[in-house]
Amino acid sequence: MSAAVELHGAAVAIDGRMIWSGAELRVEPGEFVAVLGPNGAGKSTLLQALLGLLPLSAGSAAVLGGAPGEHNREIGYLPQRHAFDASTRIRGVDLVRLGLDGARWGLPLPGRDRHAAQVEETIRLVGAEAFARRAIGELSGGEQQRLLIAQALVGGAQLLFLDEPLDSLDLPNQLAVAELLRRLARERGLTILLVAHDVNPLLPHLDRVVYVAGGRVLQGPPAQVITTETLTGLYGAPVEVLRTSGGRLVVVGQPDVHTHHGHTH
Amino acid sequence: MLSYPFMQHAFEAGTIVAVLASVAGWFMVLRREVFAGHTLSVMSFPGAAGAALAGLPLAAGYFVFCAAGGLVIASSSRLRGARSFADESAVIGTVGAAGFALGFLFLSLYGGVLESLESLLFGSFLGITTAQVWTLAAVAAGALAFFAVAGRPLLFSSVDELVARTSGVPVRLLHVAFLVVLGLAVGATAQITGVLLVFALLVAPAAAAQRLTARVGLGLLLTLAFALAIAWLGLALAYTTNHSVGFFVSTLAFALYLLCLLTNSFATR
Repeated sequence: MSAAVELHGAAVAIDGRMIWSGAELRVEPGEFVAVLGPNGAGKSTLLQALLGLLPLSAGSAAVLGGAPGEHNREIGYLPQRHAFDASTRIRGVDLVRLGLDGARWGLPLPGRDRHAAQVEETIRLVGAEAFARRAIGELSGGEQQRLLIAQALVGGAQLLFLDEPLDSLDLPNQLAVAELLRRLARERGLTILLVAHDVNPLLPHLDRVVYVAGGRVLQGPPAQVITTETLTGLYGAPVEVLRTSGGRLVVVGQPDVHTHHGHTH
Repeated sequence: MLSYPFMQHAFEAGTIVAVLASVAGWFMVLRREVFAGHTLSVMSFPGAAGAALAGLPLAAGYFVFCAAGGLVIASSSRLRGARSFADESAVIGTVGAAGFALGFLFLSLYGGVLESLESLLFGSFLGITTAQVWTLAAVAAGALAFFAVAGRPLLFSSVDELVARTSGVPVRLLHVAFLVVLGLAVGATAQITGVLLVFALLVAPAAAAQRLTARVGLGLLLTLAFALAIAWLGLALAYTTNHSVGFFVSTLAFALYLLCLLTNSFATR
């Protein structure tokens, strides 16, 4: 079986500044993968390059067997920091539906509605029945996140790209969403790439981690990548990985990358 | 009242404008482009003054200047996740100031005070010709056809620009097209409500409807109903009291929005 996502010697530069280079990546179908690394290292850039939103400056990429951007209809994408303003007056169910037919021209025909069942099923799948009919702006971060995942899923996506979906959530919600994603990966054979700041809520569920730091991209099983030796080599600076008594991983000394543009999205 | 041809024309024009303004306004409020809409309404001032100066029909000036204003704002403004030329609100503000200045220049070149300056600014329902009604109808038909074809992708890009773009929606093109169509809607509305009171029909019905419901179809229908009620009632009151139609339309719109705001805050308590 061919890989869901592949990078060979890939590099991305924005405004002539190299973000990362020499990236080798291979994600198999059905894998649940976390993309980790410090702020500004180019985690979001990785997803955008795979979506064809940013061109590669070197190397090659294949997504679902095609060039980046070619199969975007089969990819569900959640951009970063994606909270709706409180005054956004559109229902969750309408938002989910846009994931199905939002790109289509012309008026939706009233009457026989074969999409409605699909939308309802997806809303049930993410456990959003209770609040899907309220305005999205009134919902909590966790509720919005579930509806956005439903929107990304509803078109029958095979691949999910999620950019820091856990960022605005409290810990119980982080764990719940992580578990939902694992279930989707297992039951539906979805391939999931998730950019995360904190690996801990995801750790029990992950097949693989991708670490973006120091202009490089490294991948492997969590236990091999998130170690003092590997991360020190990647950063080129002393970094220590500690394991707490509860099994949580703490990366100490991780330098955040500062750029002139603020955060690199 | 409807036995007078001038009132028939007023009601025909008012109805067309209410339909157009409600659909365009609903999207404008959802997209948070109210400031852009305001500046487009300002553009109808140099439009009308320029047309008077050039000896062209005023309607042509309204439509050309408002649509051109939409193009200028859209082509130079920001899009999330894309390279920007300049900050959108700064561009909009500058365009608005330039529009006012240009209007004033045209007016002084025209020689003294434009006979109908007051109705230009605050609206008039007198002397609407059959030809004007037909022009309004043609522009409205074109604009509504745009919303029928592009409504769904426009909704998608209004709510979630980046995701819409990833799904293959041409968000940049839609942004430009929407502002041009909004310019046309503003140009049409300004001919009835006057330059300064366009917002009574463009913002208030949509804002009120969106306070009441988060449903798309129901929201559009409510906006339409509000706009029609405001336009018809405003015209009838202006006819019976002999005061400016713009005053009544604006007062009704304000009252409606206030009512919806109060209803909404009670309902959510």
